[in-house]
Amino acid sequence: MIRILKYVALDILKNKIVIFYTIMLALFSWSAFSLEDSTSKGVLTILNIVLLTVPLMSILFATIYVYNSNEFIELLVSHPVKRGMIWKALFTGLSMSLVIAYLIGVGLPLLIFVDIELALTMILTGSFLSVIFVAVAFLSSIMARDKAKGIGVSIMLWLYFALLFDAIVLFLFFQFADYPIEKAVVMLSALSPIDLSRILILLKLDVSAMLGYTGAIFKDFFGSSWGFILSVILLGIWVAVPFLLSLRKFKRKDL
Amino acid sequence: MITIENISKNFGKLKALNDLNLQLNKGECIALIGPNGCGKTTLIKSILGMVLPSSGTILFNGKNIKNDNEYRRHIGYMPQIGRYPENMTIGQVLNMIKGIRNSNEKLDTDLYNQFEIEKMLDKKMRTLSGGTTQKVSATLAFLYEPKVLILDEPTAGLDPIASEILKAKIIEAKNRGCLILITSHLLNELEDVVSQVIFMQEGKLIMHKNVDELKAATQQKTIARSIIHLLKAEQI
Repeated sequence: MIRILKYVALDILKNKIVIFYTIMLALFSWSAFSLEDSTSKGVLTILNIVLLTVPLMSILFATIYVYNSNEFIELLVSHPVKRGMIWKALFTGLSMSLVIAYLIGVGLPLLIFVDIELALTMILTGSFLSVIFVAVAFLSSIMARDKAKGIGVSIMLWLYFALLFDAIVLFLFFQFADYPIEKAVVMLSALSPIDLSRILILLKLDVSAMLGYTGAIFKDFFGSSWGFILSVILLGIWVAVPFLLSLRKFKRKDL
Repeated sequence: MITIENISKNFGKLKALNDLNLQLNKGECIALIGPNGCGKTTLIKSILGMVLPSSGTILFNGKNIKNDNEYRRHIGYMPQIGRYPENMTIGQVLNMIKGIRNSNEKLDTDLYNQFEIEKMLDKKMRTLSGGTTQKVSATLAFLYEPKVLILDEPTAGLDPIASEILKAKIIEAKNRGCLILITSHLLNELEDVVSQVIFMQEGKLIMHKNVDELKAATQQKTIARSIIHLLKAEQI
């Protein structure tokens, strides 16, 4: 796999989009910290970048890249190479380059300006989000043979996770406000990696007091080390399930 | 060398391959012919493991090719329309294949030299003409002196000189004891190369015969005429 990975990595580097993405992230982060007077305001600005831009960039870039790799895949399958290896190499190459872009663009300024625990949480969740959305992109690009359809599905999935899911949770929250549904909301948040990341970061930010009673429940659950470990496991599942599903489909695909 | 047992392949409702049985032996040069869309390319891709048959098995040297990839080391494949990563140069593609195969096998650079690929190493794949792409495909297919050659429309798009070079190379491979599977519509070009003919129609095997038998049975002098004779007979 390393041999294939080498060529994937070289190709992504040549693409320059990831380099551009790194520079954009760095510009955003540095300006957020230098323009805002308090670092926590800066963190909130960056939080939005992490929760919206990183997933969008990961899912779009990965989807388009997979479609454009069709020729590469076709070329390799007629040689003595395991099919699964090609898919894994593509996944590793894309995940690695996007995570490295995030680490340089956002991770570095975070480590310089913010206290270490919060910085590490944001680095961890941001890296996870990058990989999760690459995995989701792999799934949507293997589901649809048509490129435009695949990209459309990817954008819809991003919209769902980034915006719609929140709206649905909020709607349920208001509808059932009279019932004790806080625990259910905790469960629900596990269904969206973006929400899970947001909660993890907000809890480290000490603004959970503003979230009221629900915030207290969140703090109770996710604030404990068990809650944290569980969340990381959940994020891991969000990587594994879409990717393994796509791998299974890829092994059976007709090229 | 390659045994195909009862393979079928459905694309939705379309039956691309319909319960096909074939035995392909070493040293044969087999022409795979049939009208457009009769399943030739699907059959080839099934042998290569690019298309997974809905049912049936394919054996390579007695071993089932399902979940195996090492057998492909012995196959040189030249696709009908070679598709390559667009922003790679010819040199990069060649190096990548060498890097991925990572073997110390002796390379057969005859076609590389005769097609003068060396002069074009820096050309990007997307800028190549159809014929030049075919030259790259052919060079790659013959590079590792494979025991089996699968050539899908090999001479389509090649200029007459390149076509002659390739034909000479095919004959050389045949004399070496290579199993060669060729699909082509240009039957005249294959006349002096082919030793067996497989005729397919709508995913079914209609005929698998030696060239001499075929000519004798149809009382025609060339393969092309024999096939036309057969086709006409079928329509009546």
